[in-house]
Amino acid sequence: MIETLRLTAEDAAGMLERGEFSAAELRGAYRTAIDERDPELHTFLTTVDEAEGDGVPIAFKDLISTRGVETTAGSRILAGYKPVFDATVASRCIDAGLPLLGKTNMDEFAMGSSTENSGFGPSRNPWDPDRVPGGSSGGSTAAVAAGLAPWALGSDTGGSIKQPAALCGVVGLRPTYGTVSRYGIVAFASSLDQIGPIAKTVRDCALLYRIVAGRDPCDSTTVELPQPVELPEAEDLRGLKIGVPKELNETEGIEPGVSEQVNRSLALARELGAEVEECSLPRSVDFGLPCYYLIAPSEASSNLARYDGVRYGYRAEGDGDIRQLYARTRDEGFGDEPKRRIMLGTYALSAGYYEAFYGQAQRVRTLIKQEHDALFERFDLLASPTSPTVAFRLGERTQNPLAMYLSDVLTIPSNMAGMPGLSIPCGLSDGLPVGLQLIGPQFSENALFRAGHALEQALAFDYVPERLR
Amino acid sequence: MISREEVLHVAGLARLELTEEEVERFREQLNAILEAVGKVAELGLGDVEPTAHPLDLVNSWADDEPRPSLSVDEALANAPDRDGDLFRVPAG
Repeated sequence: MIETLRLTAEDAAGMLERGEFSAAELRGAYRTAIDERDPELHTFLTTVDEAEGDGVPIAFKDLISTRGVETTAGSRILAGYKPVFDATVASRCIDAGLPLLGKTNMDEFAMGSSTENSGFGPSRNPWDPDRVPGGSSGGSTAAVAAGLAPWALGSDTGGSIKQPAALCGVVGLRPTYGTVSRYGIVAFASSLDQIGPIAKTVRDCALLYRIVAGRDPCDSTTVELPQPVELPEAEDLRGLKIGVPKELNETEGIEPGVSEQVNRSLALARELGAEVEECSLPRSVDFGLPCYYLIAPSEASSNLARYDGVRYGYRAEGDGDIRQLYARTRDEGFGDEPKRRIMLGTYALSAGYYEAFYGQAQRVRTLIKQEHDALFERFDLLASPTSPTVAFRLGERTQNPLAMYLSDVLTIPSNMAGMPGLSIPCGLSDGLPVGLQLIGPQFSENALFRAGHALEQALAFDYVPERLR
Repeated sequence: MISREEVLHVAGLARLELTEEEVERFREQLNAILEAVGKVAELGLGDVEPTAHPLDLVNSWADDEPRPSLSVDEALANAPDRDGDLFRVPAG
């Protein structure tokens, strides 16, 4: 009997290599764990019975196109849709021998911070099933935390990998924009969407990032990595300068228990040899969220125009001409959050408002990038909490869209600037995981992995949820 | 403040046939959201260049060579309705 709760992908790969079990036995153990625990947690939308590959199995967020396997992006408008091609990241995982376990739940079109916007019902947090796993990649992070998948791919637009990783006590990387292909990914906001790895350890994240990263001729926004991915080994932080932006660490709404664990981690970073110093991002935090909620919905309103009931997906019944078919299909097929964002984006891009909203938001984006660039002349990395709070209760923020949007206030600023970020679990507050966010300049994934790994070793966080131990 | 008429105008542009209940709810919520995000207008940024994309990529060319593409049947595989090699939609 293979116990999946504690097993890392790296250890599983080693055991496969030594013949301690077969790939089919390993995949079977995860299927058994899914059968046991997923009826409560609802992390998977689809499980796959047959999958090729003699390596460590993997789960994909349900916006990654998988040939012949239903891909819904969490939306009823795509129920039953089976792509006729694989996303590039899916092909790369297949080429690396990783058999697919299934497709994980998510907020509809990755719009949300709790999975409660899924058209197929929310996922639950393995640490406390009355609480959300975070989102939008909450199905992937909860599956990894509950031992239902050793690792998974998610996507991050405003914080959709980092925030749920923090709330579920696992590690998640939002890579530098352009390092991982978006070909075959259901698009939300194209200048922000990035695919990234979710796993129990920093080294597992680095291993998976190594598999999926690199230029793809099918995505003209991708670039070749400037350096190969290095597996982190160092256990100290000597020579590393970490900046602690006070706005990201003192913003209203950060729970005292969250600050406490982050401050403890920063003290540990000093003990490991890092120089840790306060700094400032004066306008990025104040204006990051407003800037994001103009740019992302604007891009979404354009990307989601393709769902019209003609070529694939849901089509509304009823009489009428093609305009009525479009409008009725979209009203019946989309949930509330995509409709809200389509409306917001269409408004911000409409005649008379374009310059005041979208044009101005793009200028603010320049300002945010300049503020980050200036800090990276003095620091190697920046640190803050990933989420202002630990996992919140189901239903707590669903009635107030703005309260839900604030879940991402700390992850959005660096995302707007195209910077990579890593969230690692750094302790518990009220028995729930707290995430530490490390942000680096573009293409600094190796530095993030190195710092994350050293801190992970020193923190010795137990990633198995207490109630499952 | 966004009026009911503006909500209906934007819904028309976005091809969304909203129900009466949705029109009123979205009007309230969009006003609350716009009030919160409208603060970007406070900054005087006339001389700042806009950022559309986080990387400085210019003209990423693809080789002009034919590659395999989807067959007609694959392209139509998920169509809600088809007529031979065509997508079928209502007239008008």
